[in-house]
Amino acid sequence: MVDLSVTLSGLKLDNPIIPASGTFGYGYEFAEIYDINILGSFSFKGTTKDPRFGNPTPRIAECVSGMINSVGLQNPGVHAVINEELPKLKKCFNKKVIANVGGFSVDEYVYTCELLDCEEQVGLIEVNISCPNVHGGGMSFGTNASDAQKVTEAVKKVTNKPVYIKLSPNVTDITEIAKACEAGGADGISLINTLLGMRINLNTKKPVIANKMGGFSGNAIFPVAVRMVYQVYEAVSIPIIGMGGVSSSEDVLEMMLAGATGVQVGAANLINPCICKDIIEDLPRVMEKYNINKLSDIIGGAH
Amino acid sequence: MKQSIFSIISNEKIAKDVFKMILSGDTSDITASGQFVNIKIEGLYLRRPISVCDYDSKTLTLIYKVVGNGTEQMSKMKCGNLDILTGLGNGYNLDCGNNVLVIGGGVGVPPMFNLAKKLKAMNKKVVAILGFNSSDDVFYEKDFSEICDSVYITTVDGSYGKKGFVTDALKDLSYDYFYTCGPEPMLKAIYDATSTSGQFSFEERMGCGFGACMGCSCKTKYGNKRICKDGPVLVKEEIIW
Ligand SMILES: Cc1cc2nc3c(=O)[nH]c(=O)nc-3n(C[C@H](O)[C@H](O)[C@H](O)COP(=O)(O)OP(=O)(O)OC[C@H]3O[C@@H](n4cnc5c(N)ncnc54)[C@H](O)[C@@H]3O)c2cc1C
Ligand SMILES: Cc1cc2nc3c(=O)[nH]c(=O)nc-3n(C[C@H](O)[C@H](O)[C@H](O)COP(=O)(O)O)c2cc1C
Ligand code: FES
Repeated sequence: MVDLSVTLSGLKLDNPIIPASGTFGYGYEFAEIYDINILGSFSFKGTTKDPRFGNPTPRIAECVSGMINSVGLQNPGVHAVINEELPKLKKCFNKKVIANVGGFSVDEYVYTCELLDCEEQVGLIEVNISCPNVHGGGMSFGTNASDAQKVTEAVKKVTNKPVYIKLSPNVTDITEIAKACEAGGADGISLINTLLGMRINLNTKKPVIANKMGGFSGNAIFPVAVRMVYQVYEAVSIPIIGMGGVSSSEDVLEMMLAGATGVQVGAANLINPCICKDIIEDLPRVMEKYNINKLSDIIGGAH
Repeated sequence: MKQSIFSIISNEKIAKDVFKMILSGDTSDITASGQFVNIKIEGLYLRRPISVCDYDSKTLTLIYKVVGNGTEQMSKMKCGNLDILTGLGNGYNLDCGNNVLVIGGGVGVPPMFNLAKKLKAMNKKVVAILGFNSSDDVFYEKDFSEICDSVYITTVDGSYGKKGFVTDALKDLSYDYFYTCGPEPMLKAIYDATSTSGQFSFEERMGCGFGACMGCSCKTKYGNKRICKDGPVLVKEEIIW
């Protein structure tokens, strides 16, 4: 029997597979087609203090081996998530979930995390710092090391749950941001969020997406993600959740060798809703093929 | 929702750039007229949403227009298998009106077919208005004639049927409810031209097609909805243009 289990800051997962935030809703749609309790955990849709409709449509553009989205953090707000979504989620998922949190000021992050801290089913808080900082000139928290550290410190003060900071890849030096988060007390790092991208429609000669630009994800970004996970693993000593373009069990091994303890699967869920189940079922086969008995043994193995 | 493999039985051209594909497979998750399926096409990242034109316990009929890479590839398939998600969307609610219009424009015509069949099976009076650009684009007139009480065809250039838009045919008819699918400007014109309630099927660019990504959201008077999951059918009263 191969051992698939991994541990993220004390949170033991049966396997490292975690659907990524924004690509799995609150799990219900997937629960219709497979028992989502086989997952290691899952990261629910980015939650903000207030309800958000998000960006105008079209919000989706196709790319070679990937897609661009500009959903714009549409969510019902943290109160509705706690009062309506989490009780429903409990009925189809009996493991701990990852609460993904967005915000546009340090206070908003703090507000949302403080409320989620009281939720028993939340095993870990993943703070998405790719959002623009409305008080800091609109630059994303995730592109400025001192802002990233400030958010981390502030959030750590209001929760006892492990806090993972989710990094934007749209920076010159990802290790600098990761180190700032570690210095701010982060329990772990999640990466990567989407790469800023754009498509133009040849018929209309205008951007495909209403918001012009959006987040590029899917298979095409896998090498960028592996590289960044590898770099961050060398720069910090806290655990990493790796993601970006993962769509097979081989990709999972590669991500873990680069340094990931947990592995998230994003856009691939939208194309093949059974992808996480397929990967979990296929992992023992590839582990055997590459002579791996205990999956956690290979974390950072490429260094 | 169900993910399964369908095999192509036939795939033939029925009008300019328009093809009809019949597939066999597990249709058990298709529960209402106006639902759609989402098709995986080799080499393309996103699936392609296409309305269910007709179905029975073993077969699925789709009618699609070639507009880009994906539909072009589909048009070239003579046989083989397709990975399809079925049972997507809410579909039309049939329990409205007794003297109803089904109004389709272009590739909004296909979903009207199974709908008209079901409405007839409920002994309602069903009149179809099918709008096209030109005579080359017209399809399924005979199929609708076999099931509906009457069928009106309009073409924008007047080369076939009545010249003008579907709303030009609608003016002279009496009805107590309507169902429609087509390009958004047509839907808006129908919204303005009708005095009764009705149901409208919308299109939006989709990431998943089954409610997971929030790619297809729209605002309605009844709150935010996902076109793929809470739609594609919206009732007249909730629509915000
Ligand atoms: C619920 C629903 C039902 C539909 N039913 C039918 C039908 O029965 N028959 C039919 O011919 N067409 C239908 N369409 C439109 C059909 O999905 C598009 O024509 C098709 O996706 C185009 O793909 P392509 O690769 O040929 O075009 P491309 O332009 O190359 O496609 C690029 C991307 O844009 C998307 N896209 C392009 N046009 C549309 C569109 N109008 N709506 C949504 N996404 C689009 C594609 O899915 C793809 O992701 C429906 C759309 C929706 C949302
Ligand atoms: C439609 C969509 C919505 C997303 N929404 C969020 C979100 O709300 N919060 C977040 O942190 N990341 C969000 N992401 C980013 C993913 O969680 C993930 O980091 C990224 O897509 C890279 O992984 P992938 O290539 O496997 O998709 C979203 C991605 C997609 C495709
Ligand atoms: S297309 Fe993903 S939610 Fe509608």
